[in-house]
This record gives sequence, C-alpha cells and structure tokens, in this order.
Amino acid sequence: MKLRRRTRADGAGQHHADPCVAELIRALGEDRVRADGAARHLASADASMFSDGAAGPVCFPDSTEHVQAIMQVAARHDRAVLPRGAGSGLSGGAAPLGDPIVVSTTRMNRVLEVDEQDRVAWVQPGVINLDLTKQVTPLGLHFAPDPSSQQVCTIGGNVANNSGGPHCLAYGVTSAHVLAVEVVLSTGEAVVLGGLEAEPSGYDLRGAFVGSEGMFGIATKIAVRLTPNPESVRTLLLSFDTVADAAATVGSVIASGLVPAAVEMMDKRCVAAVEDFVHAGYPRGAAAVLLIEVDGLQRGVEADTEKVAEIGRAHGGTVRVAADEQERALLWKGRKSAFGAVARVAPDYYLHDTVVPRSKLVEVLEAVYEIVDRYDLTAVNVFHAGDGNLHPLMAYDSREPGVNERVAAAGREILEVSLAVGGVLSGEHGIGVEKRDFMEYQFTSADLEQQALLRRSFDPHCRLNPGKVLPSAHSCADIASLSASKVNGVWG
Amino acid sequence: MIAPPVIDDTALLAFAAEIGSAGPVMVRGGGTQWDVGGAPDSDIREVSAPTGIVEFRPDEMTVCVRAGTTVAALHAVLAEHGQRTALPDGSVPGGSPASTVGGTIAVGRSPVTRLGDGHIRDAVLQLHYVAADGQLVTAGGPTVKNVTGFDMCRVLVGSLGTLGCIGDAILRTRPRPEHEQWAKFADAEPETVLNTAKTATAILWDGSSVWARLCGHRVDVEDDLVRLPASYEVPPPDLPPFRWSRRPKDLHRLPNETGRFIAEIGVGVVHCERPDPNPPPVPASVAALNRRVRELFDPNRRFNPGRSVGQL
Repeated sequence: MKLRRRTRADGAGQHHADPCVAELIRALGEDRVRADGAARHLASADASMFSDGAAGPVCFPDSTEHVQAIMQVAARHDRAVLPRGAGSGLSGGAAPLGDPIVVSTTRMNRVLEVDEQDRVAWVQPGVINLDLTKQVTPLGLHFAPDPSSQQVCTIGGNVANNSGGPHCLAYGVTSAHVLAVEVVLSTGEAVVLGGLEAEPSGYDLRGAFVGSEGMFGIATKIAVRLTPNPESVRTLLLSFDTVADAAATVGSVIASGLVPAAVEMMDKRCVAAVEDFVHAGYPRGAAAVLLIEVDGLQRGVEADTEKVAEIGRAHGGTVRVAADEQERALLWKGRKSAFGAVARVAPDYYLHDTVVPRSKLVEVLEAVYEIVDRYDLTAVNVFHAGDGNLHPLMAYDSREPGVNERVAAAGREILEVSLAVGGVLSGEHGIGVEKRDFMEYQFTSADLEQQALLRRSFDPHCRLNPGKVLPSAHSCADIASLSASKVNGVWG
Repeated sequence: MIAPPVIDDTALLAFAAEIGSAGPVMVRGGGTQWDVGGAPDSDIREVSAPTGIVEFRPDEMTVCVRAGTTVAALHAVLAEHGQRTALPDGSVPGGSPASTVGGTIAVGRSPVTRLGDGHIRDAVLQLHYVAADGQLVTAGGPTVKNVTGFDMCRVLVGSLGTLGCIGDAILRTRPRPEHEQWAKFADAEPETVLNTAKTATAILWDGSSVWARLCGHRVDVEDDLVRLPASYEVPPPDLPPFRWSRRPKDLHRLPNETGRFIAEIGVGVVHCERPDPNPPPVPASVAALNRRVRELFDPNRRFNPGRSVGQL
C-alpha cells in the first residue's frame, strides 16, 4: 500500500494537561480516549494522498450517548470534530484539518437487529460492509453496495461517502439502501432521519445526510435495506483487441434494454498486473476485458447471458462464461484485487475517480493515456464502465524527485478532460480535501452557496469535519482552530 | 481553468426572471396533488414551469426535461426508444395524465410500482431550480453516478416547492420490460405473492384479493404465473384518495376503521378513504431541523407560503 513520509503529530502527550481531553476522559472513561502521539499519528491520515493532517485526541465511543457527550465537550471547547470509520477513503474525507477531536467508530461495530420480514438491518456505523453481508447470507440476503474496499470499509463510511461499487449499476448506490439514520448533531442532540415507514414526514434529510462526508453529523445507528440474493447469476469475461471495441460493447449492451448487475472494464496493463498477482485467467493479449454480470431469474438470465455474448462477439470480442461458482469467484477476485496487484508494480498509487457519459468513454480513455504518457507515469485503468465511472490508477514511487507534482498535474488534467465532455468530479470517492478546490469547476458560486446552506442547517457552527467539500469562500468562517492550520488541497 | 456550464436555456432563464427575487410565489404543475401539505395562502402569484424535452440520450439512459412537461408526454417520447422513467404517468393506478415532471418531483410521492422501480427520488440526477434569491441553481449532475458535493436533489424531491422552484430535471431512464401485465390472485396471502412472484414490481392488497404487476422477461413472468395461479390481465383497482404511511410488516395490523383500503405490499403505503387518524409522530428535534432548512433556504417564506412539508 501507500508509503508515506509523515512526521508524527507534534507534542505527543501534551494533551494530558488539555482541559478538553480531561473532560472527554471524564465523560467516556480513560480507555475510550487516546491523546498520545501514536494514536493521533494513526488518525492523522486516511488512504488518500493527503498526509499533512494533525489529529487531536482520538475517541472510541461505543454508544450514541458517548458520541453525544463528545459533541458537548467539543462545543464547550469550540473544537472541530471529525468522524472516522476505517480510514479507507481516497479523497481525504477522514484526513484531519485543524486538530479536531477524532471520533473513531471502530468500537461501534455491532449489527443491532435484523428484521427478516421487512429486510432491514439496524447496524452501528463501525460494522464492516462485508461482515454485514456475511451475517445475513444464511437468510438469502445481502447489503448491495459493494465498494472494492468492502473487506475493510465501514457502513458509516459508506453512508458518509454515498459509496458505490460494481453492483450499484443495477442496484443503486448507498443512498438507495439507507432507510433511516440516527445522527448526533453538533449540538449533541440525537435525531432519527428517515424512517422504516413508507413515507417519513418532512424533507428527505436522510437523503441529505447520505454523502455529507461527515460534515452534517455523526451517524450512530443506520437502518439499511437488505437485498434478496438473485436466484441466478452468470458472469461473462469478454476480451477485445481494442479498447474502442470494448467500450462499444458496453454501449450496445446498455442500449439493448439490458440492465446488467455489473459491467467492469480492465485495460491491458491492468490485466497484466492482475494476472501476475492472482492468476484469475484473464487473457494477457487483450487490449481490454469486460467483466459483465447478469442476474435475476433463471430463464431470463439465460436469455440475457446469450444476448450479452452475442453483442460481445458482434464487436469482435472473445466470450467466456464462468462455468461454475468457483470460476465466477476467481473472475471477481481478479477485479477486486486489481488495486492490490498494481501496488506490486510501484510502491505508491493514486486512484482517480471521475464520471463521464458512457458514449465518451473511448475519447476520455485515449486522453487519459495521452496525459499519463506525457507526464511519464504508468497508468492502469480498471473501472465501472457500465455507468461511465472512470478510475485511472497511476502507479509511482514517491521517492522519485518531482513525481508527486507530475501525478498531481496529470490528475488535474484528467479532471478537466472529464468535465469538458459533460462529466462530474467524483462518482463514488467523494470530494473531501482532494477535489474541494475543483468544486468551482463544476458548480457556480450560487450553487455552492445552496450547498453551504444545507450544511449550516445541520451544523450552524461548521464544527464537523471543517475545511472539506466546499471551497473556503463557501465555508463558514470555519472555527478558530482551523484557521491556524494548513488547509491546502492536495493539488492546491 | 474550467468554468461550470452556463445555463443558456432561454425558457429556463425566463422562468427564473418570472420567479424573481421578492414576493410570494408558487409554481403550479398539473394540480393533481394540490391538496398535499395544505392549501397555499390566497392571492399568491402563480407561475408555470417551462415545458418541453431538452435532450433525450437513449444511449446514456438519461433525459433532460423541463419541469412543466407532463410525465405522459415525456414517456411518449421515451417509448420510441423502449424506455421510461420511474415517475408515474396516467397508466398506473393513482397516476394522472395531467401530472407534470416538476410537480411529481416536488411532491415526491412514488407510484405503486415503487416496489420494483424504486423511489422516484433515485431517478433524479440533476435539477435546475430557482432559489429564493432568484438565482438559477444546479443541484446534482448530469451523469448516472455522481457524488460531487452534497446531495441537494434529495432535499428538493418532496419539498413541495418550499425550498426552490424546479425548472428542469435530468432523469435516469430505464428500459421498458419485454412483458408486463397485471394479474389478480383471489385467495392468496399478500406475503406469499411478495415472496413468490419474483417479477412483481407492484403488489396491491385490499384485505382479501391481491393484484400484482408482473414485469420482465416473458418467460420469467410465465414462471411466476405457474407458481401462483392467477386471473390473468385483470386491471388493477382504483386507489382511494388518502395515503397512510406504515412499515411494510404493519400492513396486517391496519385498524378496522380504515374503510376500503388498498395497501402497497412490501412498501407500506396504504391508500384509504379517509386521512390517517394516527400518523407516525415526528419528534420535536426532527421538526426543528426541518424548520431550520426551510428558514435558511427561504428566509422570507416567499415560496408556497401556507403549504408545509409533512405538516411540520
């Protein structure tokens, strides 16, 4: 994984004399508050490139009441508060700015209730995404959002980032799978947004909260929808001599009236890395491969499988249909191991995330290759082709002089190309610090002011995760502690 | 530096100018759900949203449509490419051919097909709306997947026009199924139909009979009808006028005083002859948060004064 040269957070141990830490310890107990340098160091970055953060005391609540108590202490001391799940986010959403009190949800990791009849589970925010699915598998159910990090990422983090994953093409992103959230607001008040009934009263503040990147409140309980496992699933591997043929196949499949469960694309460089790593049986000679999954009912799935295969062949593709569950699992293992595989190529990588219209995939991919070649970088592409969600992944060695700047410049150009064809800044990783200063590329000042109003409705003092998502002109005059800290964006 | 796209649709700009930046105003759509949220104050200036389809991109499965367009007119155009949206037109029970795209989004109520097609809010990708200060604003984005910034579209859906006046929308389209039909199951338990009819996108129950809308591959619908004997091609029932909101599992515990009802199995909406005497309570803290949202977005209460979302 990433190698970072990080300095330890300054002043390890100094917070013992800090009245705020003393109050946190009084409220939560000594074993739930860590103010030492090691704990703060661990909380000082997430999986993004942003590594200049400095965390304040780190709290490990295990109940809603604990989180409320933390908020009250923070309010009394005018301290920023930063919720943190697994820290697997890629946009710096969990990277601390302004010495915040960090609220780690790792101890809030229980599945509280599974309602089989209504197919709903109440979970604490620290539950690992894949653990929930494993727990409800015997009931024939699963949690549909499946980010590639699902073995480590938490459902609280999924809610904060409105996470996606390969299967959200057919099933929708996290927002479509969250019925209600218990949220502790910056006042310390706990509210339940949404509800289990069909049409909860009021504005859809549940929907507003999902994807708010830890800036509206801290989720302490989440009611998620559980999805019945499909009766039948078929996975196809299609390989092509050109990226254009693969992209055209994606377009034709979508246009044919099929909604596959997933349509993933990997380019030649990615296939090579994956094959060296997990031997998934991908054809090394192909310029691009598609992993397409169709699911549903037995007979319909057979028809859909045949249709996808026909379309693939018509575009010059070679088609392989996984014969059994073992082969299917292997094909998916290749896809889900892609990032790990690339880590073997070079010690660092930067994983980009933009969305473009599906019809622009080829054009944008060609531009991506041109950009990374010009900056003398290695890029592999593995992405959610079905919804146009690109993930160019640049592998590099940060010890090489000047390479970080080249990666940043290439990343910026890829963003510009994506926006120029009618795309958006982020499909599933969020804005965080990484793309905060690019929000003005996509939104006008009036647009951003409306988003700031929504934030202030929830958190009038901008105490929660300050300095993220909104460019500084649209933030509150963020709280005093933040103004003293360095808040430049990654590429800023 | 790249600048955000400039809104150059003259119809939209004219709409924004008409809304202006001061004075009470409301936007009337088809008027088919005008009773929701209470009557607006009298003598309020009434404005209509612009009409017409701006851009249909069948290959992207998206359509940009002006808010005053009827869903029926939109669907007629989408049908030429075998597509539609999750919004209700006149062809589903409870739907009306007069309903507009903007009105449907502003009211935010999904049709009976929510079980299979999802909530209508999940079909809304981008909105242009006029904010209380008169500015034309973009919420969301044009692509089928997007987490750029806060999810303003969700807040606008179901806001009854109290936060902003919707001018146009980019909606996700979906393919029309190969086959669809309604079927009636005279003596079936609703849960049996829910668990057995795998192609059902709507299941309605009146306390004795069950109706289901079956959609998908013809072979899959046929398999459902083998598993569950039904009267074929029976039209769905009419819906009584009032909506109750319940948990799906509580539909069996409806009180006797409902009168005639049609319940959406698996969803929890109940259509009744009279208003809900015991709607689920809204905690004071949640009500306060809702009020704060409205105050910040529309400090002078110029949008739809008198109407309120969820009686808050």
